[in-house]
Amino acid sequence: MIMATDTQLDLWEVFIQSKSGLPYIHSGSVHASDVKMAMQNARDIYTRRGEGTSIWVVPAKHISASNPDDNDMLFDPSNDKIYRHPTFYVMPEGAKNI
Amino acid sequence: MHNEHSDTHFQSRIDNGEHIEAKDYMPEGYRKHLIRQMSQHAHSEVIGMQPEGNWITRAPSLRAKQILLAKIQDEGGHGLYLYSAVETLGVSRSELIEQLQTGKAKYSSIFNYPALNWADIGAIGWLVDGAAIVNQVSLQRTSYGPYSRAMVRICKEESFHQRQGYEIMATMMRGTKDQQAMAQDAMNRWWWPSLMMFGPHDSDSPRSGDAVKWKIKRETNDELRQKFIDKTIPQAELIGLTIPDKKFILDEKTGHYTLSPINWEEFHRVVAGHGPCNKQRLDHHIKYHQEGAWVREAAEAYKVKSAKKELVTA
Repeated sequence: MIMATDTQLDLWEVFIQSKSGLPYIHSGSVHASDVKMAMQNARDIYTRRGEGTSIWVVPAKHISASNPDDNDMLFDPSNDKIYRHPTFYVMPEGAKNI
Repeated sequence: MHNEHSDTHFQSRIDNGEHIEAKDYMPEGYRKHLIRQMSQHAHSEVIGMQPEGNWITRAPSLRAKQILLAKIQDEGGHGLYLYSAVETLGVSRSELIEQLQTGKAKYSSIFNYPALNWADIGAIGWLVDGAAIVNQVSLQRTSYGPYSRAMVRICKEESFHQRQGYEIMATMMRGTKDQQAMAQDAMNRWWWPSLMMFGPHDSDSPRSGDAVKWKIKRETNDELRQKFIDKTIPQAELIGLTIPDKKFILDEKTGHYTLSPINWEEFHRVVAGHGPCNKQRLDHHIKYHQEGAWVREAAEAYKVKSAKKELVTA
Protein backbone atom coordinates (compact mmCIF):
# COMPACT_ATOMS: atom_id res chain seq x y z
CA MET A 1 0.00 0.00 0.00
CA ILE A 2 1.18 3.49 -0.74
CA MET A 3 1.02 5.81 2.23
CA ALA A 4 1.35 9.11 0.46
CA THR A 5 -1.74 10.47 2.14
CA ASP A 6 -0.29 10.57 5.63
CA THR A 7 0.74 13.90 7.13
CA GLN A 8 3.42 16.01 5.47
CA LEU A 9 3.55 18.35 8.50
CA ASP A 10 2.94 22.12 8.36
CA LEU A 11 4.16 24.61 5.79
CA TRP A 12 6.62 27.32 6.93
CA GLU A 13 8.04 30.16 4.86
CA VAL A 14 11.75 30.85 5.15
CA PHE A 15 13.44 34.27 5.07
CA ILE A 16 17.20 34.62 5.08
CA GLN A 17 19.49 37.54 5.76
CA SER A 18 22.63 37.01 3.73
CA LYS A 19 24.81 39.51 5.64
CA SER A 20 24.22 41.55 8.76
CA GLY A 21 22.64 44.85 7.87
CA LEU A 22 20.88 43.53 4.78
CA PRO A 23 17.14 42.83 4.52
CA TYR A 24 15.65 39.38 5.08
CA ILE A 25 14.66 37.86 1.75
CA HIS A 26 12.17 35.09 1.10
CA SER A 27 14.01 31.90 0.11
CA GLY A 28 11.26 29.29 -0.14
CA SER A 29 9.43 27.03 2.25
CA VAL A 30 9.93 23.95 4.41
CA HIS A 31 7.67 21.39 6.02
CA ALA A 32 7.97 20.98 9.80
CA SER A 33 5.87 20.18 12.83
CA ASP A 34 7.31 22.85 15.12
CA VAL A 35 9.56 25.88 15.13
CA LYS A 36 12.68 23.94 16.09
CA MET A 37 12.27 21.51 13.20
CA ALA A 38 11.40 24.36 10.83
CA MET A 39 14.59 26.18 11.81
CA GLN A 40 16.76 23.08 11.37
CA ASN A 41 15.19 22.21 8.02
CA ALA A 42 15.58 25.79 6.80
CA ARG A 43 19.25 25.73 7.76
CA ASP A 44 19.84 22.38 6.01
CA ILE A 45 17.90 23.27 2.89
CA TYR A 46 18.67 26.94 2.30
CA THR A 47 22.07 27.64 3.88
CA ARG A 48 24.45 24.84 2.88
CA ARG A 49 27.02 27.28 1.50
CA GLY A 50 27.09 30.17 3.92
CA GLU A 51 24.11 31.90 2.27
CA GLY A 52 22.93 33.34 5.56
CA THR A 53 23.80 34.90 8.88
CA SER A 54 20.24 34.77 10.17
CA ILE A 55 17.00 32.90 9.44
CA TRP A 56 13.33 33.70 10.03
CA VAL A 57 10.75 30.91 9.80
CA VAL A 58 7.07 31.85 9.77
CA PRO A 59 4.06 29.50 9.65
CA ALA A 60 2.69 29.99 6.13
CA LYS A 61 -0.87 30.26 7.48
CA HIS A 62 0.09 33.46 9.31
CA ILE A 63 1.20 35.26 6.17
CA SER A 64 -1.33 37.37 4.30
CA ALA A 65 -0.63 38.36 0.73
CA SER A 66 -2.27 41.15 -1.21
CA ASN A 67 -4.49 40.12 -4.09
CA PRO A 68 -3.00 40.99 -7.50
CA ASP A 69 -6.54 41.85 -8.67
CA ASP A 70 -6.53 44.75 -6.21
CA ASN A 71 -3.26 46.20 -7.46
CA ASP A 72 -4.83 49.16 -9.25
CA MET A 73 -6.78 50.20 -6.18
CA LEU A 74 -4.11 49.30 -3.66
CA PHE A 75 -1.15 51.03 -5.25
CA ASP A 76 -2.92 53.84 -7.07
CA PRO A 77 -2.74 56.45 -4.27
CA SER A 78 1.05 56.56 -4.54
CA ASN A 79 1.09 57.31 -8.24
CA ASP A 80 -0.50 60.77 -8.22
CA LYS A 81 1.61 62.34 -5.50
CA ILE A 82 4.70 63.24 -7.43
CA TYR A 83 5.54 65.92 -4.81
CA ARG A 84 6.79 63.00 -2.69
CA HIS A 85 9.80 62.76 -4.99
CA PRO A 86 12.74 65.16 -4.63
CA THR A 87 12.84 65.80 -8.38
CA PHE A 88 9.46 67.59 -8.10
CA TYR A 89 11.06 70.69 -6.58
CA VAL A 90 12.74 73.51 -8.45
CA MET A 91 16.05 74.54 -6.94
CA PRO A 92 17.56 78.00 -7.54
CA GLU A 93 20.30 78.11 -10.12
CA GLY A 94 23.69 77.45 -8.49
CA ALA A 95 22.36 75.75 -5.33
CA LYS A 96 24.81 73.07 -4.19
CA ASN A 97 24.80 70.02 -1.91
CA ILE A 98 21.01 69.75 -1.92
CA MET B 1 -10.06 48.84 -18.31
CA HIS B 2 -8.32 45.61 -19.20
CA ASN B 3 -9.61 42.28 -17.96
CA GLU B 4 -6.96 40.83 -15.70
CA HIS B 5 -8.56 37.42 -15.90
CA SER B 6 -8.29 37.00 -19.63
CA ASP B 7 -5.86 34.78 -21.47
CA THR B 8 -5.07 37.68 -23.79
CA HIS B 9 -3.98 39.85 -20.87
CA PHE B 10 -1.96 36.93 -19.48
CA GLN B 11 -0.22 36.41 -22.82
CA SER B 12 0.57 40.11 -23.10
CA ARG B 13 2.23 39.99 -19.67
CA ILE B 14 4.29 37.00 -20.84
CA ASP B 15 5.20 38.77 -24.09
CA ASN B 16 6.31 41.82 -22.07
CA GLY B 17 8.75 39.58 -20.21
CA GLU B 18 6.89 39.81 -16.90
CA HIS B 19 7.09 37.02 -14.34
CA ILE B 20 3.90 35.32 -13.21
CA GLU B 21 3.50 34.91 -9.46
CA ALA B 22 1.44 32.37 -7.51
CA LYS B 23 -1.65 34.52 -6.99
CA ASP B 24 -1.72 36.04 -10.48
CA TYR B 25 -4.26 34.93 -13.03
CA MET B 26 -3.00 32.10 -15.23
CA PRO B 27 -4.76 29.90 -17.79
CA GLU B 28 -5.52 26.40 -16.52
CA GLY B 29 -3.24 24.92 -19.18
CA TYR B 30 -0.32 27.00 -17.93
CA ARG B 31 -0.87 25.84 -14.36
CA LYS B 32 -1.19 22.21 -15.45
CA HIS B 33 1.91 22.34 -17.60
CA LEU B 34 3.90 23.85 -14.73
CA ILE B 35 2.69 21.30 -12.19
CA ARG B 36 3.63 18.48 -14.54
CA GLN B 37 7.03 19.86 -15.49
CA MET B 38 8.06 21.14 -12.05
CA SER B 39 6.94 18.03 -10.18
CA GLN B 40 8.71 15.82 -12.70
CA HIS B 41 11.78 17.95 -12.11
CA ALA B 42 11.45 17.64 -8.31
CA HIS B 43 10.91 13.87 -8.49
CA SER B 44 13.98 13.56 -10.73
CA GLU B 45 16.16 15.26 -8.13
CA VAL B 46 14.92 12.95 -5.41
CA ILE B 47 15.01 9.69 -7.40
CA GLY B 48 18.41 10.82 -8.72
CA MET B 49 19.83 10.36 -5.23
CA GLN B 50 19.48 6.59 -5.56
CA PRO B 51 22.04 5.60 -8.23
CA GLU B 52 24.68 7.64 -6.41
CA GLY B 53 23.62 6.65 -2.90
CA ASN B 54 24.58 3.16 -3.97
CA TRP B 55 28.25 4.26 -3.97
CA ILE B 56 28.58 6.18 -0.69
CA THR B 57 29.90 3.20 1.27
CA ARG B 58 32.22 2.19 -1.56
CA ALA B 59 33.72 5.55 -2.50
CA PRO B 60 37.46 5.03 -3.07
CA SER B 61 38.66 7.67 -0.57
CA LEU B 62 37.40 9.78 2.30
CA ARG B 63 37.59 12.84 0.02
CA ALA B 64 35.44 11.11 -2.59
CA LYS B 65 32.95 10.01 0.05
CA GLN B 66 32.59 13.52 1.51
CA ILE B 67 32.05 14.97 -1.96
CA LEU B 68 29.48 12.33 -2.88
CA LEU B 69 27.57 12.88 0.36
CA ALA B 70 27.51 16.64 -0.21
CA LYS B 71 26.34 16.15 -3.78
CA ILE B 72 23.52 13.80 -2.80
CA GLN B 73 22.47 16.17 -0.03
CA ASP B 74 22.29 18.91 -2.68
CA GLU B 75 20.03 16.74 -4.86
CA GLY B 76 17.68 16.29 -1.91
CA GLY B 77 17.77 20.04 -1.35
CA HIS B 78 17.03 20.72 -5.01
CA GLY B 79 14.06 18.38 -4.84
CA LEU B 80 12.78 20.36 -1.86
CA TYR B 81 13.27 23.78 -3.52
CA LEU B 82 11.20 22.49 -6.41
CA TYR B 83 8.49 20.87 -4.29
CA SER B 84 8.28 24.16 -2.41
CA ALA B 85 7.87 26.03 -5.71
CA VAL B 86 5.29 23.63 -7.16
CA GLU B 87 3.22 23.78 -3.96
CA THR B 88 2.63 27.48 -4.67
CA LEU B 89 0.41 26.31 -7.56
CA GLY B 90 -2.05 24.84 -5.09
CA VAL B 91 -1.03 21.19 -5.14
CA SER B 92 -0.03 19.51 -1.87
CA ARG B 93 3.16 17.62 -1.15
CA SER B 94 1.10 14.50 -0.41
CA GLU B 95 -0.54 14.64 -3.83
CA LEU B 96 2.82 15.09 -5.49
CA ILE B 97 4.35 12.12 -3.72
CA GLU B 98 1.30 10.01 -4.46
CA GLN B 99 1.55 10.88 -8.17
CA LEU B 100 5.18 9.77 -8.14
CA GLN B 101 4.53 6.55 -6.28
CA THR B 102 1.56 5.53 -8.41
CA GLY B 103 3.47 6.28 -11.60
CA LYS B 104 1.10 9.09 -12.61
CA ALA B 105 3.98 11.55 -12.50
CA LYS B 106 7.25 10.75 -14.22
CA TYR B 107 10.84 11.48 -13.32
CA SER B 108 13.80 11.69 -15.67
CA SER B 109 14.33 8.31 -17.31
CA ILE B 110 18.08 8.62 -16.90
CA PHE B 111 17.77 7.46 -13.29
CA ASN B 112 16.39 4.13 -14.42
CA TYR B 113 19.91 3.17 -15.46
CA PRO B 114 22.19 1.57 -12.83
CA ALA B 115 25.49 3.00 -11.55
CA LEU B 116 27.59 -0.12 -12.04
CA ASN B 117 31.04 1.04 -10.97
CA TRP B 118 32.92 4.10 -9.69
CA ALA B 119 33.43 5.48 -13.19
CA ASP B 120 29.64 5.73 -13.44
CA ILE B 121 29.71 8.28 -10.61
CA GLY B 122 32.09 10.31 -12.76
CA ALA B 123 29.90 9.91 -15.83
CA ILE B 124 26.72 10.81 -13.94
CA GLY B 125 28.25 14.02 -12.56
CA TRP B 126 29.84 15.06 -15.82
CA LEU B 127 27.21 13.97 -18.36
CA VAL B 128 23.90 13.68 -16.49
CA ASP B 129 24.40 16.76 -14.33
CA GLY B 130 26.02 18.46 -17.31
CA ALA B 131 22.89 17.89 -19.38
CA ALA B 132 20.69 18.95 -16.47
CA ILE B 133 22.67 22.18 -16.10
CA VAL B 134 22.17 23.15 -19.76
CA ASN B 135 18.44 22.73 -19.24
CA GLN B 136 18.39 24.48 -15.87
CA VAL B 137 20.46 27.47 -16.97
CA SER B 138 17.84 28.04 -19.64
CA LEU B 139 15.01 27.59 -17.12
CA GLN B 140 16.37 30.38 -14.91
CA ARG B 141 14.49 32.67 -17.31
CA THR B 142 11.26 30.68 -17.13
CA SER B 143 8.13 32.83 -16.77
CA TYR B 144 6.86 31.43 -13.46
CA GLY B 145 8.55 33.37 -10.64
CA PRO B 146 8.88 30.63 -7.99
CA TYR B 147 10.24 28.16 -10.59
CA SER B 148 12.69 30.71 -11.91
CA ARG B 149 13.98 31.53 -8.41
CA ALA B 150 14.42 27.83 -7.56
CA MET B 151 16.39 27.40 -10.79
CA VAL B 152 18.73 30.29 -9.99
CA ARG B 153 19.50 28.71 -6.64
CA ILE B 154 19.98 25.25 -8.17
CA CYS B 155 22.29 26.48 -10.92
CA LYS B 156 24.58 28.11 -8.35
CA GLU B 157 25.03 24.75 -6.67
CA GLU B 158 25.00 22.42 -9.64
CA SER B 159 28.26 23.44 -11.23
CA PHE B 160 30.29 21.67 -8.52
CA HIS B 161 28.40 18.48 -9.39
CA GLN B 162 29.54 18.53 -12.97
CA ARG B 163 33.11 19.49 -12.14
CA GLN B 164 33.53 16.72 -9.57
CA GLY B 165 32.27 14.21 -12.16
CA TYR B 166 34.65 15.43 -14.83
CA GLU B 167 37.48 15.32 -12.30
CA ILE B 168 36.73 11.63 -11.62
CA MET B 169 36.75 10.87 -15.35
CA ALA B 170 39.98 12.83 -15.94
CA THR B 171 41.67 11.09 -13.01
CA MET B 172 40.71 7.65 -14.32
CA MET B 173 41.91 8.54 -17.81
CA ARG B 174 45.34 9.34 -16.34
CA GLY B 175 45.33 5.96 -14.55
CA THR B 176 45.97 2.34 -15.54
CA LYS B 177 44.67 0.71 -18.72
CA ASP B 178 41.91 -0.94 -16.66
CA GLN B 179 40.85 2.40 -15.16
CA GLN B 180 40.81 4.00 -18.60
CA ALA B 181 38.67 1.15 -19.89
CA MET B 182 36.24 1.59 -17.00
CA ALA B 183 35.89 5.30 -17.73
CA GLN B 184 35.34 4.63 -21.43
CA ASP B 185 32.77 1.93 -20.63
CA ALA B 186 30.86 4.36 -18.41
CA MET B 187 31.02 6.98 -21.19
CA ASN B 188 29.64 4.42 -23.66
CA ARG B 189 26.71 3.57 -21.44
CA TRP B 190 25.78 7.13 -20.31
CA TRP B 191 26.35 9.13 -23.51
CA TRP B 192 23.15 8.31 -25.38
CA PRO B 193 20.83 8.31 -22.36
CA SER B 194 22.24 11.75 -21.44
CA LEU B 195 21.31 13.07 -24.89
CA MET B 196 17.82 11.61 -24.46
CA MET B 197 17.40 13.64 -21.25
CA PHE B 198 16.48 16.66 -23.39
CA GLY B 199 13.39 14.81 -24.59
CA PRO B 200 12.07 14.03 -28.08
CA HIS B 201 13.01 16.08 -31.14
CA ASP B 202 11.10 19.34 -31.50
CA SER B 203 9.18 17.85 -34.41
CA ASP B 204 7.88 15.04 -32.12
CA SER B 205 7.29 17.07 -28.99
CA PRO B 206 3.57 17.79 -28.80
CA ARG B 207 3.60 20.09 -25.75
CA SER B 208 6.57 22.23 -26.77
CA GLY B 209 4.43 24.79 -28.61
CA ASP B 210 2.50 25.99 -25.57
CA ALA B 211 5.53 25.80 -23.29
CA VAL B 212 7.51 28.05 -25.60
CA LYS B 213 4.58 30.44 -26.17
CA TRP B 214 4.11 30.76 -22.39
CA LYS B 215 7.89 31.08 -21.93
CA ILE B 216 7.92 28.16 -19.51
CA LYS B 217 10.59 26.75 -21.81
CA ARG B 218 12.93 29.36 -23.23
CA GLU B 219 14.73 27.05 -25.66
CA THR B 220 13.56 23.91 -27.40
CA ASN B 221 14.73 20.34 -26.72
CA ASP B 222 16.90 20.23 -29.83
CA GLU B 223 18.50 23.63 -29.16
CA LEU B 224 19.44 22.60 -25.64
CA ARG B 225 20.69 19.18 -26.76
CA GLN B 226 22.94 20.83 -29.36
CA LYS B 227 24.44 23.13 -26.73
CA PHE B 228 25.26 20.15 -24.54
CA ILE B 229 26.79 18.17 -27.42
CA ASP B 230 28.93 21.10 -28.56
CA LYS B 231 30.45 21.72 -25.16
CA THR B 232 30.80 18.09 -24.09
CA ILE B 233 32.57 16.52 -27.08
CA PRO B 234 35.70 18.73 -26.71
CA GLN B 235 35.74 17.91 -22.95
CA ALA B 236 35.70 14.18 -23.79
CA GLU B 237 38.45 14.54 -26.35
CA LEU B 238 40.62 16.57 -23.98
CA ILE B 239 40.91 13.69 -21.53
CA GLY B 240 41.16 10.98 -24.21
CA LEU B 241 37.61 9.60 -24.12
CA THR B 242 36.05 8.43 -27.36
CA ILE B 243 32.49 9.45 -28.29
CA PRO B 244 30.53 6.21 -28.77
CA ASP B 245 29.32 7.30 -32.20
CA LYS B 246 31.29 6.37 -35.31
CA LYS B 247 29.56 8.95 -37.45
CA PHE B 248 29.69 12.22 -35.54
CA ILE B 249 31.13 15.14 -37.48
CA LEU B 250 32.06 18.72 -36.68
CA ASP B 251 30.84 21.39 -39.04
CA GLU B 252 33.85 23.72 -39.00
CA LYS B 253 31.78 26.64 -40.24
CA THR B 254 29.07 26.58 -37.57
CA GLY B 255 31.07 24.91 -34.79
CA HIS B 256 28.20 22.45 -34.28
CA TYR B 257 28.54 18.67 -34.13
CA THR B 258 26.16 16.38 -35.98
CA LEU B 259 25.55 12.93 -34.51
CA SER B 260 24.06 9.63 -35.65
CA PRO B 261 20.32 9.33 -35.06
CA ILE B 262 19.25 8.75 -31.45
CA ASN B 263 17.62 5.40 -30.64
CA TRP B 264 14.21 6.71 -29.57
CA GLU B 265 12.83 3.21 -29.21
CA GLU B 266 15.05 2.76 -26.18
CA PHE B 267 13.90 6.12 -24.79
CA HIS B 268 10.22 5.24 -25.11
CA ARG B 269 10.81 1.78 -23.66
CA VAL B 270 12.46 3.24 -20.54
CA VAL B 271 9.82 5.99 -20.17
CA ALA B 272 7.13 3.32 -20.39
CA GLY B 273 8.68 1.59 -17.39
CA HIS B 274 10.90 -1.03 -18.98
CA GLY B 275 14.33 0.39 -18.14
CA PRO B 276 16.81 -1.60 -16.06
CA CYS B 277 15.83 -0.03 -12.71
CA ASN B 278 12.32 1.49 -12.96
CA LYS B 279 10.75 -0.88 -10.47
CA GLN B 280 13.69 -0.77 -8.07
CA ARG B 281 13.67 3.05 -7.94
CA LEU B 282 9.97 3.33 -7.10
CA ASP B 283 9.98 0.38 -4.68
CA HIS B 284 12.87 2.00 -2.83
CA HIS B 285 11.07 5.35 -2.62
CA ILE B 286 7.86 3.75 -1.34
CA LYS B 287 9.72 1.59 1.18
CA TYR B 288 11.55 4.51 2.80
CA HIS B 289 8.50 6.73 2.63
CA GLN B 290 6.57 4.11 4.59
CA GLU B 291 9.39 3.46 7.02
CA GLY B 292 9.56 7.20 7.76
CA ALA B 293 5.84 7.43 8.56
CA TRP B 294 6.38 6.94 12.29
CA VAL B 295 8.76 9.91 12.37
CA ARG B 296 6.11 12.19 10.89
CA GLU B 297 3.48 10.77 13.26
CA ALA B 298 5.75 11.27 16.26
CA ALA B 299 6.48 14.86 15.18
CA GLU B 300 2.75 15.57 14.92
CA ALA B 301 2.07 13.97 18.30
CA TYR B 302 4.84 16.05 19.87
CA LYS B 303 3.35 19.20 18.34
CA VAL B 304 -0.09 18.44 19.80
CA LYS B 305 1.39 17.60 23.21
CA SER B 306 3.48 20.80 23.29
CA ALA B 307 0.44 22.89 22.35
CA LYS B 308 -1.53 21.40 25.26
CA LYS B 309 1.32 22.14 27.67
CA GLU B 310 1.40 25.74 26.54
CA LEU B 311 -2.32 26.03 27.26
CA VAL B 312 -1.85 24.68 30.78
CA THR B 313 1.07 26.94 31.65
CA ALA B 314 -0.43 30.02 30.00
